[in-house]
Amino acid sequence: MEQITNEGLILACSTIGAGLAMIAGIGPGIGQGIAAGQGAAAVGRNPGAKGDIMSTMLLGQAVAETTGLYGLVIALLLMYANPMLSKFLSL
Amino acid sequence: MGYGMMPMLLAAEGEVDFSIHHLLGYEFMGTTVYLTTSHVCMLIIMATIMIFALVVRRKMMHAEEVPSGLQNVMEFVVEVLESFVSSAMGKHGKKYMYYVGTLFIFVLFSNISGLFGLRPPTADFGTTFCLALITWIMIQYNNVKYNKLGVITGLFQPLPFLFPINLIGEIATPISMSLRLFGNVMAGTVMLSLYYGLLPLAAKIGIPAFLHAYLDLFSGAIQAYVFAMLTMTFISDKIGDN
Repeated sequence: MEQITNEGLILACSTIGAGLAMIAGIGPGIGQGIAAGQGAAAVGRNPGAKGDIMSTMLLGQAVAETTGLYGLVIALLLMYANPMLSKFLSL
Repeated sequence: MGYGMMPMLLAAEGEVDFSIHHLLGYEFMGTTVYLTTSHVCMLIIMATIMIFALVVRRKMMHAEEVPSGLQNVMEFVVEVLESFVSSAMGKHGKKYMYYVGTLFIFVLFSNISGLFGLRPPTADFGTTFCLALITWIMIQYNNVKYNKLGVITGLFQPLPFLFPINLIGEIATPISMSLRLFGNVMAGTVMLSLYYGLLPLAAKIGIPAFLHAYLDLFSGAIQAYVFAMLTMTFISDKIGDN
């Protein structure tokens, strides 16, 4: 265990954290799937309103996506702009 | 430094590279400010749009009764944008068509610029945050213009103790809008540069076309649409029934 450096430990834990942060992708996946399914059902019931249904569905999906993107941004921060390294190791 | 023109390209050979590179640094009020790849790519995109606009203007100087060629295409684009804005904003649409149309065209061109080897400027949080901030100022301007004192009392609706949550909701609008655009474009940029950087040459023939079609064209167009749509939705939400 002695050969693990502080920097290596921080990098390893940050990478694991980045992987864990991407679990956030599950939620938007389910949410967007539900929205798309309901949209398809709505078009089936009322094909005339296809344009309105499409735009509402896309808007809802975009809003549902936000939480997943927060996870992505945190993962990217941990991987490529790690705040811990400069804070604790003064690199 | 010392990259020359290479960092403008999305994928250098044999390495994963999607970060923003500093091209030129200069001192400004004690801190070093850099000219980055985002600035250069944005200038290229702006020049493209402006030259296109000048060409169209020249063409429209002697417009024909029965349109053909470029005039036909431009009339189609303007009609689509007009119906897009007026379907979302109703009778207020005409005023905001120019802003929303400009926003849509700029974000669309930025998003698909990855297709031409540039690093999309919208994959830089600085760009998207500024765009969202302009939209937010517009939202708040309309809020004050149409709701007058309702701006303050609206924060205490429907229950007084919800004030902090309402306030955070107002302030979070530009952050969530900009992060949505940034995250989507950045995800596409990262995936493409991983694909180009890590796989052997045989895998780079033909297959990236589909990735580009999805990540740059489809996702980029959807995100440009969503950004413009959210702008209009928020503004017409503040205008209300007036």
